[in-house]
Amino acid sequence: MSTTSTGRTAAAHPSSAAGPAAGPAPGAGPAPATAVVPSEAAAQATLGVETTARSMAEAAAEPVSGITGAQSLVRSLEAVGVEVVFGIPGGAILPAYDPLFDSALRHVLVRHEQGAGHAATGYAQATGRVGVCMATSGPGATNLVTPLADAYMDSVPMVAITGQVPTAAIGTDAFQEADIRGITMPVTKHNFLVTDAAEIPQKIAEAFHLASTGRPGPVLVDIPKDVLQARTDFSWPPRIDLPGYKPTTRPHGKQVREAAALIAAARQPVLYVGGGVLKAGAAEELAELAELTGAPVVTTLMARGAFPDSHRQNLGMPGMHGNVTAVTALQKADLLVALGARFDDRVTGELSSFAPHAAVVHADIDPAEIGKNRKADVPIVGDAKATIVELVSALRAEHEAGRTPDLDAWWEQLEDWRTRYPLGYDWPEDGMLSPQYVIERLGAIAGPDAIYASGVGQHQMWAAQFISYEKPGTWLNSGGLGTMGYAVPAAMGAKYGMPGTTVWAIDGDGCFQMTNQELATCAIEGIPIKVAVINNGNLGMVRQWQTLFYEGRYSNTHLNTHGGKEGTARQVRIPDFVTLAEALGCVGLRCESKDDVDAVIEKAMAINDAPVVIDFIVGSDAQVWPMVAAGKSNDEILAARDVRPVFGEGQV
Amino acid sequence: MTRHTLSVLVENKSGVLARVSALFSRRGFNIESLAVGPTENPDLSRMTIVADAEAQPLEQITKQLNKLIEVIKIVELDTAAVQRELLLVKVRAPLADRAQVLQTAELFRARVIDVNTDTVTLEATGTPDKLQALLAVLAPLGIKEMAQSGTVALGRGPRSMSGAGTLRPVERSA
Repeated sequence: MSTTSTGRTAAAHPSSAAGPAAGPAPGAGPAPATAVVPSEAAAQATLGVETTARSMAEAAAEPVSGITGAQSLVRSLEAVGVEVVFGIPGGAILPAYDPLFDSALRHVLVRHEQGAGHAATGYAQATGRVGVCMATSGPGATNLVTPLADAYMDSVPMVAITGQVPTAAIGTDAFQEADIRGITMPVTKHNFLVTDAAEIPQKIAEAFHLASTGRPGPVLVDIPKDVLQARTDFSWPPRIDLPGYKPTTRPHGKQVREAAALIAAARQPVLYVGGGVLKAGAAEELAELAELTGAPVVTTLMARGAFPDSHRQNLGMPGMHGNVTAVTALQKADLLVALGARFDDRVTGELSSFAPHAAVVHADIDPAEIGKNRKADVPIVGDAKATIVELVSALRAEHEAGRTPDLDAWWEQLEDWRTRYPLGYDWPEDGMLSPQYVIERLGAIAGPDAIYASGVGQHQMWAAQFISYEKPGTWLNSGGLGTMGYAVPAAMGAKYGMPGTTVWAIDGDGCFQMTNQELATCAIEGIPIKVAVINNGNLGMVRQWQTLFYEGRYSNTHLNTHGGKEGTARQVRIPDFVTLAEALGCVGLRCESKDDVDAVIEKAMAINDAPVVIDFIVGSDAQVWPMVAAGKSNDEILAARDVRPVFGEGQV
Repeated sequence: MTRHTLSVLVENKSGVLARVSALFSRRGFNIESLAVGPTENPDLSRMTIVADAEAQPLEQITKQLNKLIEVIKIVELDTAAVQRELLLVKVRAPLADRAQVLQTAELFRARVIDVNTDTVTLEATGTPDKLQALLAVLAPLGIKEMAQSGTVALGRGPRSMSGAGTLRPVERSA
């Protein structure tokens, strides 16, 4: 809401008296007061500025009376600085789409509400801004439930706006009525039902405030149709009235000093870095802390990119499919410094045997995460960035007092594991393409500046393992909820927010069939994402478990995307992803051999005026390794099938 | 398991009760009783929640409750706090038994609020233990129907949850 004061200043200037303040279409107004040089270039430059979210916000913040609730909604979205809304209209939300037609804020018409939700998430994760999606009542709103739950689990700032049946019809089982506020209570940070048009600016401002501060998360605003149609007055900024919401962002000094003392005394410390570090924009601060401590760093699935993979101290990803060194470092550590991480079951394995020798420093902005799964010896409630900054200075004080730990023996041990148990893979015995190789080459060719969004399953794990992430916001995935179908719409949202960046969706043939309809949106709206379908013809991760734990009984995992099962008549690929891509307005490519991998990726990289889909036909039996079986101790990690690492217990 | 009484100040808005009860069920916490009512401040309601939990789950309950945007403040009341429940009970009271019913009512300081030829309805307030005892005595006479409220409670002494000199809240939250 910081834009408001500048908006008012501009409006007070005589040259903007006839400006955009009064109309509902602020983007169409003349240039703002700053345009004093009447040269064509300058005029064009200011016109360009006029369409940005900031100047739109300034214009929209002007008070206006006698407008509809729908106009108030659109002005509120403009004033809060929204750049784009992903959505689909329908009966109850219809009034909102009329002023949207005139607004300078962009609406991307998706093909399914789930696509709108994940696009908002992808946009938010890539840009750090709040993602916005919109849907109508009933089925439109319920289709947003999955992306809301997804954003809630991964703490993504998102605002969903839904139409609701008219106030008088609520509770009557009216056409397209669903109690979306009740339905989404457990999967949103908060939600609102707006019952008075006058409250619209306040509820929108509160929704954005809640979504983006503290522990970020999704917020839903449900607005009945008659409220959108009612006459109301608009002024900005509204008063934010959330007496029960006071997130603690500054860490407690004493706790930070205790943590620093533990770090300075530890012989086998590990920095256990979670997604909160990315949410806080604390990658630089983390790098400083890591180098100051000299401690190894593990980055969870949600934190890939928070610390460069190329950095010597980065051991990689911990967890069920983490690499042996990262998993074992946690098990053998004498101190875990958890930063914005939540001791998820996929990281800890069997909780009772997780990191049995470690003292725990747990820093998180959400106090409910501290002590939820693992007791913290030093709890620190605060924003990750503020916490790390203060940890760095407290640690400097420890060092100046002569307390610097000797981690040489620890590193010797870690390097030994790293040498003996590197990440790796075998080529399929049947001569088919290796999915890991495809993903590895994709990462090498697209490079660390590209954004990678993945679906859920084997390809997700391989993409987390075999692509080197160097920068924050370059790895997007559904970590907590594990939402198949996340990749394509999330990539779409990310590409919209970062148009100058190459965005790859790395998807599986199962996931891709859940949400590929958004490729039509990408093609029509000019959002040229690239999709690598790692097509193994199966629900690969489920098949892997069937291989390992169900005696190879492949119940309902064969998808026919390689053609029919052996011995069956139908050998045609259903669907044929190349022709499907073409039908959706994309370029469709296929790759079936190692020799073609680089060329086809480079061909896709060269196409920037349309979305591209590459159908990589890969072996069905490739497996994700290392692996800690569900519910087992991390000590029982297998580096590869039937390969149990030897950790040299005597050494540490 | 230990019994804990949480006094929770919440915003007086629709849906808050649903949020709180949904939170308990989703996180697998057990509510023994829950009572909601207005406070001296019309913007706030007070929920008195009695839950059975060990110390560690109780900490999760309060932290998760604190995360609800409409929850203002949570205080765990100690055993010295004033705790009361309201009981309405309709007892079979034919002429032969009526004296015994009325005598029991007097012993427990219950009031007679309705009488007819077959039954007497009593109103009693007290601690859950006292009401249990009353019911135990009335049971042999024949309880036709009863309604019992959840516990409402206030801390003893001059301090209050809102206003100056407030009771210390259970940990604040994001």
